Amino acid sequence: MGVAVSIEQVEKRFGRLQALDGVSLQIAEGEFFGLLGPNGAGKTTLISCLAGLVRPDAGRLSVMGCDVVADYRAARRLLGIVPQELVFDPFFSVRETLRIQSGYFGIRNNDDWIDEILANLDLTSKADTNMRRLSGGMKRRVLVAQALVHKPPVIVLDEPTAGVDVELRQGLWQFVQRLNREGHTVILTTHYLEEAEALCGRIAMLKQGRVVALDTTNNLLARFSGHTLSVLLSAGSVLPDTLRARATASEGGWLFRLAGFEEIEPLLRALREAACVIADLRLAQADLEDVFIGVMQGEDERERNALASVTQ
Amino acid sequence: MTGFRTLLYKEVLRFGKVGFQTVAAPVLSALLYLLIFSHVLGAHVQVNGVPYAAFLIPGLVMMSLVQNAFANSSSSLIQSKITGSVVFVLLPPISYGEFFLAYVVAAVLRGLMVGLGVLVVTGWFAPLTFVAPLWILAFAVLGGGILGAFGMVAGIWAEKFDQLAGFQNFLIVPLSMLSGVFYSIHSLPLFWQQMSHLNPVFYMIDGFRYGFFGVSDVAPETSLMVVATSFLVVSAATLALLRSGYKLRY
Repeated sequence: MGVAVSIEQVEKRFGRLQALDGVSLQIAEGEFFGLLGPNGAGKTTLISCLAGLVRPDAGRLSVMGCDVVADYRAARRLLGIVPQELVFDPFFSVRETLRIQSGYFGIRNNDDWIDEILANLDLTSKADTNMRRLSGGMKRRVLVAQALVHKPPVIVLDEPTAGVDVELRQGLWQFVQRLNREGHTVILTTHYLEEAEALCGRIAMLKQGRVVALDTTNNLLARFSGHTLSVLLSAGSVLPDTLRARATASEGGWLFRLAGFEEIEPLLRALREAACVIADLRLAQADLEDVFIGVMQGEDERERNALASVTQ
Repeated sequence: MTGFRTLLYKEVLRFGKVGFQTVAAPVLSALLYLLIFSHVLGAHVQVNGVPYAAFLIPGLVMMSLVQNAFANSSSSLIQSKITGSVVFVLLPPISYGEFFLAYVVAAVLRGLMVGLGVLVVTGWFAPLTFVAPLWILAFAVLGGGILGAFGMVAGIWAEKFDQLAGFQNFLIVPLSMLSGVFYSIHSLPLFWQQMSHLNPVFYMIDGFRYGFFGVSDVAPETSLMVVATSFLVVSAATLALLRSGYKLRY
């Protein structure tokens, strides 16, 4: 398998904001890759660099071996981008929009493939409707369709399910998974971590323009132990300091990560000895959200330590 | 070239779909100018041996042509920038040259359509001659091209509609109205004659008018040189702007 997307030491600064601070990623052909991170982490900037919408200050990016600056036309032909913003051209119908988009990529007489995309995205009945008359969810589907008119080997979806109903989300994922099975490389950013967990084989987490975690989804999940125990204390009970150090506040209660089930008994004993009254207790398998929070908090801590060592 | 052809088609479709506003409205404005000015001055005045109404018509045609060429590329770009749909033309593998040509040719086409419309509705009011049709065409295309390219610069630069309106109202309209549309610059005081020689639109209109009547304020060859050079300069600047990614690619 060749490299679909190569990102090497990419840096980008907007004024005083270091949006990307030396990002490097290699994404193989056929991967379903997740790009996660809080708002402002640099996900969209990174995708924009790949798309040629943003010019990096340093570093190199390539799509299937084509440099996005030196060989921009070839790189753009290999890339299908679904932008995050819900944009549309109000002058045209859905079919006109897709025909025009095909032409931009040098493709004429693309109606067979356009029909197939429309059917898969459940847009066939809207083909001749003006873009202005479509609902937000429908416009989002057209954006996905526009990114696919030229059958790009690499598809980038920048939060494609933001503000989209459950039905479309399911349909969209089925279609994208099919494209992935057929060999398309898919790069996804999303705020819905359960989507990333279910779909992505490998995940990179970004924070403040840096990659802070990069591994297969399974390894990331394993890294943060198998289970979590969430404890809700009755009013008046105070978590002892010894336990507070390893707990995370969550939904009014406390969340403990467990390396194994043998940690449960000592934990409960400590609570009993501190005279805590338990209102609710739940054992759950760790999910990507726990991993995400863990990674981001770990980063915060590392920063605090770094800052402390500087001020000392 | 499919990318260029599609972008051109899209640009033409864009103004075609709102043709009442983009073509019919400026034709009506030009007709009103003609009716008012030729009614006030018409019977008494001759310019360079040409009856005033006839003298006025080529000027009105050219003024409408260049104003609409400018409006087409500038408003298309700023609209797509403000709505965000500009990404649809930035993501595909369209070269800078294709991008430039598509917008400029669309602007020239709209300019020519408006110009032809003005000619058709005003031509009834005065006897017109077409002494040198190739000169007419050359000045029409180059004039539309200059303002179409200039419109691209304005559309790329402006971030808000009122910035673009300022550009249009305080630069394009004065330049095109003070260019000898309504008068021969020989009727101006010397200082303003010299000022008019700095206005490229003056040469467009003067050369264009030469094509109709065979008379002009300056030699048509001079006008053609000035207009062709202006076109090359504005085009080179626009292409450089596109290549640099200024305000389009950050």
